[in-house]
Amino acid sequence: MSFEQFLFYFFSVVLVGAAVAMITVRNPVHAALFLVLAFFTSAAHWIMLEAEFLGILLVLVYVGAVMVLFLFVVMMLDINVARVREGFVRLLPVGLVVAVGMMVVMAMVVGARVFQVESPGRADGDYSNTKAIGELLYTEYVYPFEIAAVILLVAIIAAITLTLRRRPDSLYMDPAEQIKVQRKDRVRLIKMEAEKK
Amino acid sequence: MQQAMMEFWDGLPVIMQIMTKIMMIVGPLLLVVAYTTFAERKVIGYMQVRVGPNRVGPRGWLQPIADSLKLLLKEVIIPTNSDKYLFLIAPVLAIAPALAVWAVIPFDDGMVLADINAGLLYLLALSSVGVYGIIIAGWASNSRYALLGGMRSAAQIVSYEIAMGFALVGVVMAAGSLNLGEIVMAQQGSVYHWFLLPLFPLFLVYLISGVAETNRAPFDVAEGESEIVAGFHVEYSGMAFAIFFLAEYANMILISALTALLFLGGWLSPFEGILPESVFALPVIGWLLGSGIHWLLIKTAFFLFCFLWFRATFPRYRYDHIMRLGWKVLIPVTILWLFVLGVAVALGIGPWFA
Repeated sequence: MSFEQFLFYFFSVVLVGAAVAMITVRNPVHAALFLVLAFFTSAAHWIMLEAEFLGILLVLVYVGAVMVLFLFVVMMLDINVARVREGFVRLLPVGLVVAVGMMVVMAMVVGARVFQVESPGRADGDYSNTKAIGELLYTEYVYPFEIAAVILLVAIIAAITLTLRRRPDSLYMDPAEQIKVQRKDRVRLIKMEAEKK
Repeated sequence: MQQAMMEFWDGLPVIMQIMTKIMMIVGPLLLVVAYTTFAERKVIGYMQVRVGPNRVGPRGWLQPIADSLKLLLKEVIIPTNSDKYLFLIAPVLAIAPALAVWAVIPFDDGMVLADINAGLLYLLALSSVGVYGIIIAGWASNSRYALLGGMRSAAQIVSYEIAMGFALVGVVMAAGSLNLGEIVMAQQGSVYHWFLLPLFPLFLVYLISGVAETNRAPFDVAEGESEIVAGFHVEYSGMAFAIFFLAEYANMILISALTALLFLGGWLSPFEGILPESVFALPVIGWLLGSGIHWLLIKTAFFLFCFLWFRATFPRYRYDHIMRLGWKVLIPVTILWLFVLGVAVALGIGPWFA
């Protein structure tokens, strides 16, 4: 077994193990961390496939940002494990139907002709995956790429407007106003007669 | 002699060669970390008209050794009801990325452990992974202060990563490469060719978000002694605490080195293109004034000093001010400058984009 094969099997075992652990552990924080491990090992797989750009991006975006926010939320929650597990038997048939449906769909996709391509050979040393993806994205697929970006922007704006509300009862400060403040705005001198004894 | 050493080196198995290179990076790095803590106490001491540590060894020079010995011998206390495994894994998750990023840092022309073509992306990815150590430490400690520190740090690092990433996009646009060595070589010529001039706003944004990313003063709300005791590492003691410390200082040195590499021409000499060529041919002076690893070290040391300087100068930011600065000031500045850069690159404005 070559070193590369060893790496492949090592990462695969860790990946599958982490994925299984992610759905079986009870503690949601542990589950999120196993998902992080799964992302990390699949990034390693991508790098072994000479797609270093995708691998690094997976770590950067999913591990470095998305999962951090995910953990942020999960850590704040006080999840009652017993109540979550309550409906396990009752909901099992529904879950099974969904699982079988998804498996059928996945089998149809994987079995399709379109996806059965010859595995490409090894690229030469100075091949840059980053450059290749960049060239393709900004020439051939530039319009789909831009449209996807605009859709994402719209989604961000929609999410922000949905959650944005002015709360008149919350106190907040405007740093610009704070800096601009002058003595005459804050101090008022009052002339008063001295009180009589 | 040199011949024999080269033959011996080539005869070593590859794994031994890589290990030796790693030791040659990590060893000095840890030594620098140790003496950065000493420098920090001395510099802040002098800035506050004190002497700083001066008891252990001549003029206090052995202080970091004494500190690390003390931390090594202390007991690691695991709090009750804490998540024991995560509690012990957290320091490892903090230090591992902090050391792994050094693999792609070039110290001189070709003097780099892993010369990968997406070096800058690798760097960004690993530095964003470092936050896990902090949030896991905060959560696993089973302490409110620690959890608050972890939460603050997570939100802060994710926010400043965007500004930092955009600043790096500017560097990539100017250099036309993601490889750190090529980015430095793109600044070759003279001081005016360094990216400091055309990318000055991005340089400022990068430095500020670098300070925020490493949780250093004035953005150290994750530790905030006056508010949440010591933040995420309040429950840690002994070596486990020391490792968080190591990671923080290794990250500080990394940000300083990166600022030098990306904006100040890394190992390139500032006298290049200014002094006549004949000066560089002189025996010792030529080497000193010419490009080399010593220039990178000098520039890194300067930014490291700035980190300590900031700590002694600025009061701690309030949490909402940090968020405002990150999202409403730094990110718009970077986006604006990316537009300016785009125009400059398209028009080929010299000497940088010609």
